[in-house]
Amino acid sequence: MITGNFEYHQPGSIPEAVALLSKLGDDARVIAGGHSLIPTMKLRLAMPEHLIDLQAVKELRKISVSGGEVCIGAMTTQAELIASEELHKAAPIVRETSLQIADPQVRYMGTLGGNVANGDPGNDMPALMQCLDASFTLSGPDGERTVNAREFYEAAYFTARDDLEILTEIRFPAYSGGYAYEKQKRKIGDYATAAAAVLLTKGADGSCEQASIALTNLSDTPLFCEEASRQLVSDGLDSASVNSAVASAMGQIDPVDDNRGPAEFKRHAAAIILRRAIQQAWARA
Amino acid sequence: MSATAESVQERRAALKGLGTSRKRVEDARFTQGKGNYVDDIKLPDMLFGDFVRSQHAHARVKSIDTSAAMELPGVIAVLTAKDLEPLNLHWMPTLAGDKQMVLADGKVLFQGQEIAFVIAEDRYIAADAVDLVKVEFEELPVLVDPFKAELPDAPILREDIADEKEGAHGARRHPNHIFTWEQGDKAATETVIGEADVVAEEMVYYHRTHPCPMETCGSVASMDKVNGKLTLWGTFQAPHVVRTVASLLSGIAEHNIRVVSPDIGGGFGNKVGVYPGYVCSIVASIVTGKPVKWVEDRMENLSATAFARDYWMQGKIAATKEGKITGLWCHTTADHGAFDACADPTKYPAGFMNICTGSYDIPTAYLAVDGIYTNKAPGGVAYRCSFRVTEAAYFIERMIEVLAIKLNMDAAELRAKNFIRKDQFPYQSALGWEYDSGDYHTAWDKALESVGYSKLREEQSQRVEDFKAGKTRKLMGIGLCHFTEIVGAGPVKNCDILGMGMFDSCEIRIHPTGSALARLGTISQGQGHATTFAQILATEIGISADDITIEEGDTDTAPYGLGTYGSRSTPVAGAATAMAGRKIRAKAQMIAAYLLEVHDNDIEWEVDRFVVKGAPEKFKTMKEIAYASYNQAIPGVEPGLEAVSYYDPPNMTYPFGAYVCVMDVDVDTGVSDIRQFYALDDCGTRINPMIIEGQVHGGLTEALAIALGQEIAYDELGNVKTGTLMDFFIPTSWETPNYQTDFTETPSPHHPIGAKGVGESPNVGGVPAFSNAINDAFRAFGLTHTHMPHDHWRIWKTANELGLHAES
Ligand SMILES: Cc1cc2nc3c(=O)[nH]c(=O)nc-3n(C[C@H](O)[C@H](O)[C@H](O)COP(=O)(O)OP(=O)(O)OC[C@H]3O[C@@H](n4cnc5c(N)ncnc54)[C@H](O)[C@@H]3O)c2cc1C
Repeated sequence: MITGNFEYHQPGSIPEAVALLSKLGDDARVIAGGHSLIPTMKLRLAMPEHLIDLQAVKELRKISVSGGEVCIGAMTTQAELIASEELHKAAPIVRETSLQIADPQVRYMGTLGGNVANGDPGNDMPALMQCLDASFTLSGPDGERTVNAREFYEAAYFTARDDLEILTEIRFPAYSGGYAYEKQKRKIGDYATAAAAVLLTKGADGSCEQASIALTNLSDTPLFCEEASRQLVSDGLDSASVNSAVASAMGQIDPVDDNRGPAEFKRHAAAIILRRAIQQAWARA
Repeated sequence: MSATAESVQERRAALKGLGTSRKRVEDARFTQGKGNYVDDIKLPDMLFGDFVRSQHAHARVKSIDTSAAMELPGVIAVLTAKDLEPLNLHWMPTLAGDKQMVLADGKVLFQGQEIAFVIAEDRYIAADAVDLVKVEFEELPVLVDPFKAELPDAPILREDIADEKEGAHGARRHPNHIFTWEQGDKAATETVIGEADVVAEEMVYYHRTHPCPMETCGSVASMDKVNGKLTLWGTFQAPHVVRTVASLLSGIAEHNIRVVSPDIGGGFGNKVGVYPGYVCSIVASIVTGKPVKWVEDRMENLSATAFARDYWMQGKIAATKEGKITGLWCHTTADHGAFDACADPTKYPAGFMNICTGSYDIPTAYLAVDGIYTNKAPGGVAYRCSFRVTEAAYFIERMIEVLAIKLNMDAAELRAKNFIRKDQFPYQSALGWEYDSGDYHTAWDKALESVGYSKLREEQSQRVEDFKAGKTRKLMGIGLCHFTEIVGAGPVKNCDILGMGMFDSCEIRIHPTGSALARLGTISQGQGHATTFAQILATEIGISADDITIEEGDTDTAPYGLGTYGSRSTPVAGAATAMAGRKIRAKAQMIAAYLLEVHDNDIEWEVDRFVVKGAPEKFKTMKEIAYASYNQAIPGVEPGLEAVSYYDPPNMTYPFGAYVCVMDVDVDTGVSDIRQFYALDDCGTRINPMIIEGQVHGGLTEALAIALGQEIAYDELGNVKTGTLMDFFIPTSWETPNYQTDFTETPSPHHPIGAKGVGESPNVGGVPAFSNAINDAFRAFGLTHTHMPHDHWRIWKTANELGLHAES
């Protein structure tokens, strides 16, 4: 439980951090809150020779809402996401989700950027970001680019981010419709057995105008359930249509056996959790 | 006269003696982060040790190459079995009469086993060097299932004793078999079962788990080569025994060894045994002449030092149609892992498992336990438990429920029908114990009334109706438990550890100004001894608890004792404390009589003083007496006021309790929710109600953990699947419900102050209460028994197998 040796760097700006990462290349890793990276280093599963700590890069720590768009700096901690009233007004699902991540101690350290960049299917923020249709801003030696959250995740720990890029910002449209993040876990501080993010907008006539569903820890990446979302919009929220949306979402999942239980159990729990999230979001819509 | 009466009360209150909810004196330092634990010990030139461990559960060690590690700057030495062999320390005896490898001698037998000990100038270099030691393995077939241990194709684990037909506890029938231990009357029990109206049968598994104290195990050894003295600080629940063992193993004379247990961050049985790390730190210090520290990390703690439980208990319980129990039969398959390192009194290879007739008057019973070797970590420690009492209580409290189902009877009623009655005490059990005292019916009735038992059952029936009607997906479980413990080991005539009788001790010194120092052979690991033992003494000798310092854990100063585990401190050392206090009082009486110029028999004790009978204005306080003992020549009386008592308990004590747990269980997700938990404990005389309540809360929370998810699980290759706190369940305040505590008070007739011990009761009684609640939730749907831990997926699986998901 003691890490290997590494050099520690603390750049003060994004260009400085990008330059360092380009220079040190494969031997370097960016460290944000460290609450995913350091445990892996202690197990010596990761043994980076250089750590580039982003704590001192002030511009990465911000939350702003303007013109219907939310912009969050990568180094914003989960505790800060929870505390922000402005963010809560613009997208209440973020607080609801953040409160279900780990425990208060972890949330004071863990960052949004680290959570989405990590690529661990157990992380909660990636599915939430897919649900909110967020985009990620990446800064690298060749400049800046954005990647949609729904296209970012390739496999467990593999993302569209190039090794030499730094994730700087997360942007998504403000969302004030019905929302729910439902998560089943064994205990406080546990990753999801199954979790679902759902956003539903109810029209004046009571129809479902907009729907977005994404799932956590039920495959080797977060899952945006495009077909299921579309079904709720086209067929409404009666029980038959919810059933078929859930069935469609379940068609996408591919959970694995682990200490939380066998895949068979997770399939069952996932359907229940998704159904509850849909009901809750619709009740709030 | 009324003024005096009042002042007697005031004086009594000022003592903060028995029955006072005195605040824990330890907490001032603990809450400020000022405790002093093993890892806080820093000595000049101290070196650090770290282990190379096996990733395999069973393999031959073909070679160990330490050369790359030795080249790393800062590495002092790398010890292997070859280095320990000349000292005959490559193996060490276990507390259970077996022996255990200190460092792998030719093969490894469990994942995480110690192979080499790296000694380096700092902790980080040691960890780097561990990675550089190259071990060549030849993998061997792995045995994880104790029921496959004696099959023809089973690998033989312990080649060192493969041919020995006799073990420490009698005949061995197979190289992977350790012992068979039988109690009770087999033939009579089988006859009763054969002829009974009703027999219920069940396999009850109490899964493998781990005490997982907040502080892991560790030691600092410091050999002073100039004066030949070895000082050993460590996480020891029994420091004196460690001193004796260290002397016997190392050949260093016992007076040249000082063992110190500093503050201990929880023990729960994890710190009773002797671990390779302790031995290696001692050897390393002897070799290098420098202090050597070894502290294990969390994963090492969970996977290598001391598991608990792992008992497969096959049971048969016989009764009349009316529900009067006539016989109990139990065969236990005990998975001991690679070495039998159970921490039990020598003559009890399965601890006090023969308390498994529980709170019931069962006339005929039989118990057999087979100990088996597997490729798992050694241990079998008493996790917040007096030597397998938890297993016994779980077994009988499950069997009662299973029998109630078979009889179609309410489980509370079945218990009441079979309790040992108050007038039957002292009660001779069919499996050999003499229960000292009890009043089970009173406790039981109080518990059922407090929770509104019949209303709860009505609500439960309604819930079943609602469930069947599709109105809810949550079932309700009512978990009952009435447990009887056996604690306070124990009488020297039948209890010893490595030959040391299980007495305990207290030595008291009263200072001239009337304050006191008392030292005991026990060692607190969170139990609050410094608080409660001072209270026992305060009442005995009339000096305020605030003026009494309690010291434990330093073998150079404390009297010899067997340490703290198995709820023995209050029953044994607490008794020694009271007895030593009485010696002080006897001497004080002589001094007081002299000072008051009356005969010894003309004065009597009153709270904090001796008073002349019939002349209440004539008295001498203990404070005055103490002063006089140091500054006056009293004819026929030695100066000073000190006493020591070594207490050999005449019997064990038998705390009991009645617990009720009410739970809601979501059949779809397997999530359970504790709605109510009521715990009535009878621990005899109550020394400090607040500490009792704290102990009950803590023990219940550990019970909750065990029942609802905590386990050490292995895969079929012997890999530990639950080696970190992500998977090994430790509840936080979030998972912990409110507990409702209550009590009755049935003093022990043989203990000087009637106290019985309480620290482990809630764990012993809590596990069956939680588990019974889960099982009970499904009773209406045909479930008789499902194994712990009752985590989400296993509850879901139970519901699934009962067909409760058919329509969802
Ligand atoms: C006990 C415990 C329980 C937890 N439970 C949960 C949970 O329930 N749900 C959950 O979602 N998470 C959970 N976590 C993880 C926690 O939320 C982490 O903090 C988070 O996953 C990673 O954020 P971080 O800031 O700590 O990132 P780090 O650990 O510092 O980094 C994680 C990875 O992302 C990379 N990275 C970080 N920032 C950037 C960046 N700006 N650009 C490029 N790469 C970057 C790092 O190089 C690293 O590979 C838990 C953690 C612990 C210790």
